[in-house]
Amino acid sequence: MSSLPAQFQAWFAARGWQPHPHQIALLQARGDSLLIAPTGGGKTLAGFLPTLIDLAKGGMTGLHTLYVSPLKALTADIARNLATPISEMGLAIRVEDRTGDTSAAKRSRQRVDPPQILLTTPESLALMLSWPEAEKIFAGLKRVLLDELHTMEESRRGDLLMLGLARLRHLAPGLQVTGLSATVDDPERLAAFMGGAEVLRAGGGLAPDLGLLPTTAPPPWAGAGGRYAAADVIRAITAAKSTLIFHHSRAQAELFFQALWLANPAGLPIALHHGSLSREARGRVEAAMAAGALRAVVATSSLDLGIDWGDVDLVIQVGSPRKIRQLVQRIGRSNHRYDSPSKARLLPVNRFDVLECLAAIEALRAGELDGPERHPGAPEVLCQHILNIACAGPFSADALYDEVRSTGPYGALTRAEFDDCLQFAATGGYTLRAYDRWQRLMERGGLWQLRDLRAARVIRMNIGTIVQREMVRVRRRGGGEGGLLGEIEERFAATLRPGDSFLLGGQVLRVDRFKELTLEVTPRPKSAPKIPAFNGDAPGASPELSARVARLVRQGGAGLPAPVRDWLALQTERSRLPREGRLLCEIFPHQGDYTLALYPFAGKRAHQTLGLILSHRMEVAGLAPLGFIATDHALLIRSALEVTDPQRLFDPATATEGFEDWRAGTSLLKRVFRDVATVAGLLQRQLPGARKTGRQASFSSDIIFEVLRRHEPEHLLLRATEAELRHSLLDLDRLGDLARSLPKLDPVFADRVTPLAAPLLLEMGRVRLAGAGQELAAARMADALMEQSGLSSLREDADG
Amino acid sequence: MGDFSFRFNGLRVIARPSGALWLPESRSLTVSDLHLGRATRMARLRHQLLPPYETAETLRRLQAEIKALNPARVISLGDSFDDSPAMAELNPPDLALLHDLIAGRDWIWIRGNHDPVAENPPFGGRFCDDWQEGDSPVWRHIRLDGGADISGHLHPVVPLGGRRWRAFLVSRRHLILPAFGAYTGGLEISDPAFDGWLRPGHALLCASRIMELPLP
Repeated sequence: MSSLPAQFQAWFAARGWQPHPHQIALLQARGDSLLIAPTGGGKTLAGFLPTLIDLAKGGMTGLHTLYVSPLKALTADIARNLATPISEMGLAIRVEDRTGDTSAAKRSRQRVDPPQILLTTPESLALMLSWPEAEKIFAGLKRVLLDELHTMEESRRGDLLMLGLARLRHLAPGLQVTGLSATVDDPERLAAFMGGAEVLRAGGGLAPDLGLLPTTAPPPWAGAGGRYAAADVIRAITAAKSTLIFHHSRAQAELFFQALWLANPAGLPIALHHGSLSREARGRVEAAMAAGALRAVVATSSLDLGIDWGDVDLVIQVGSPRKIRQLVQRIGRSNHRYDSPSKARLLPVNRFDVLECLAAIEALRAGELDGPERHPGAPEVLCQHILNIACAGPFSADALYDEVRSTGPYGALTRAEFDDCLQFAATGGYTLRAYDRWQRLMERGGLWQLRDLRAARVIRMNIGTIVQREMVRVRRRGGGEGGLLGEIEERFAATLRPGDSFLLGGQVLRVDRFKELTLEVTPRPKSAPKIPAFNGDAPGASPELSARVARLVRQGGAGLPAPVRDWLALQTERSRLPREGRLLCEIFPHQGDYTLALYPFAGKRAHQTLGLILSHRMEVAGLAPLGFIATDHALLIRSALEVTDPQRLFDPATATEGFEDWRAGTSLLKRVFRDVATVAGLLQRQLPGARKTGRQASFSSDIIFEVLRRHEPEHLLLRATEAELRHSLLDLDRLGDLARSLPKLDPVFADRVTPLAAPLLLEMGRVRLAGAGQELAAARMADALMEQSGLSSLREDADG
Repeated sequence: MGDFSFRFNGLRVIARPSGALWLPESRSLTVSDLHLGRATRMARLRHQLLPPYETAETLRRLQAEIKALNPARVISLGDSFDDSPAMAELNPPDLALLHDLIAGRDWIWIRGNHDPVAENPPFGGRFCDDWQEGDSPVWRHIRLDGGADISGHLHPVVPLGGRRWRAFLVSRRHLILPAFGAYTGGLEISDPAFDGWLRPGHALLCASRIMELPLP
């Protein structure tokens, strides 16, 4: 206590608090630190104490401390929290936040007259670093706080943040950086990620109280919503003070929210929160939660991180957690008081899910934490960073290279790799020197700079690494500015006609009309709504989790809840259970096509890789594969024709010529390329002024991909795409091992969908294939439409 | 083969999966909206540096059609060049290929909204505002109400089976060609630009074979 100034000691005492040891340790640290603490461990205060004490001395103007967090909601929350000690101690400190939600007026003011403490997001930081004034604004910066740092590892966002941090260190020598993180599997690796830091550990929290949510009805065979247990969830909410309910997708959250209200005769105040709702809607929920006015919130990962709402004492996770890490973080949300255990319940959404939930509980109790694999910083992010800082002013390539190399992710970057990225930013990096006249960057007097300053506007508008689908705003008709309800994906919006209804924000909305990029709607509570699809990518679970599930399945559910045993018994009747040392392979007709179902339990990456190989062989064999779904436990391939000899497909002697082209034609690769090209700045998401309809103005990245593959197979973006694919696919070198290590097949020809396959058919994230099958499917549809329409065909055969 | 043969206001025409229209009797080949030089234009105006191969790509596909059919006449139905500087900046290999394709054929550049108003280009062919064979439908860049015409400009695409396909559109009086150029975007037929004149009609989708779709 004596290491605190008197004013602060008094404040702590008045609250009846003792500072935690890690808070003191952080105060005394020289150099950079990484504080590992479970949520509720006073991390925020620990991070800001040094700043508050410094600023309390008075006499400092300009930006002193920059706080960066991944979530806008979090920065708003921190601002609220800091207000308390600042006002209670009467400190003259200005704290402001700056995110995509901040008003334009406020943002302009911050550029000229920044506050002493600025709370922001990685994207906003990147934007600030692109200003010519950046040098001036950050010259006096003393401290940087990086919150929820563990979420930034192994992502493009983290790469961009680390590059930005290196820039800050350059602009403000002597900068002290503190990382704040939840419990992770390898703190040293995270410390290296942030450029080296001393690791400080807060004492561990108590083991969580974790289990399955008791339900009156058993889970269905297949399904993803959890709505069968709405009444059980209401019961749990009633028994708790304040509950958070997490879903994997926005669509599921919407449906569940509706179902809850139908089971809520007592009218408990329950709200909905997800990223596609308007800022106002989200802000209202956050404020109500902070004020203790809500009994429960149904949310997606928009509320994932350590917002301190104190009184949450129950977390319900609907659908098995994909990663233990995610579960730990979400559990960390309940019972923020450091000294009582967090309570979390898992609600399985179907019978297969029960196994996954049980496996997750086992894993957590065994203390297993899954961590990301180490990988170097993404090249496309570096390309963007180069363009971003070029907007601030001329730079030296040598100096920038050294700066970039000082970061964790780009620590091993070679000069050649750096030059590749620089060339891309400057000229597009093409062997055909077509753009010398129009290059974006040029060298003059040993410094690189923008050739045309007007390019800065476009570059700034495209800052960021989060590549989203095209969105369409949804506005209540006649609601004016306050009528903005949220947004939906353009692809879904394209299926809507005036008169259709859909669900958003828990309301059923009827489409009135499209006005430019906005959909005008009117609430229509009684209609049956279409469900908007928000496309998300389910991350793969860890291999450990898959192995646990495999074991549970093979045991036939011994010792598991009755519904699971019944389901697996039915599976034994209709097909068989997977057994040790054999690969179960089911083939059955489904919706006019055929499905081949495999259960290797080898993880999503392996299954996706296998999916590409097998579908290619099926294409060559003329079986017209249409697409496949790979989950952590299974691979399902859909084809127009039946696979009659599965063993042949697995024969390692089967030729694989043309595999590269096949791979390049799949939606998986095209999507990865599109993301890489967008982040690198090849494709522009935002164009100033232009009337932009997603359907027309932005032409497809697919054709760019094709052209590059044909003309410049060594292009930087193609190499970056390959690098990015390691998240989704196995190394091609390991492919041989995979093929050889596959156990003998247990083929089963069933006459319909098997119980084991049923839940998996509803999974999102189908990989589409560009083979004969795709055209076959379209041609069938075209023929059917011709027949139904009553219009006669135009065709006249060319025989005279 | 995948071709689709039909009659349009008395004229026998064949829709090719490449997006080109073939008239077997007069041996004339029509393509639309080549937008040659688009990549350069985007670099110049939008600071966007796309792979500079779209002209080569477009010409390669055009060359394949010309080799297969050996037309006596080629009609490029407008927006052949992305703009006037783009036309002037075509690189030597692309220019050489274009020159070879044009040699020995009657080559007509229909003027589109993007095309330069200038004299006939140095590599060959002649600019016309429109074209007609006797009392055939009129070839023009943008559809006009009134008589029958063959036009482009709209870059139509039709979604089917989870994909967007370039397509010919055929109504009683109007035949619209899909965009042939590599970096051309597409306009979906649900767009208001297609209201009031297209239906009832047909869409001919450019897959590896032409797929016919009704537009009731």
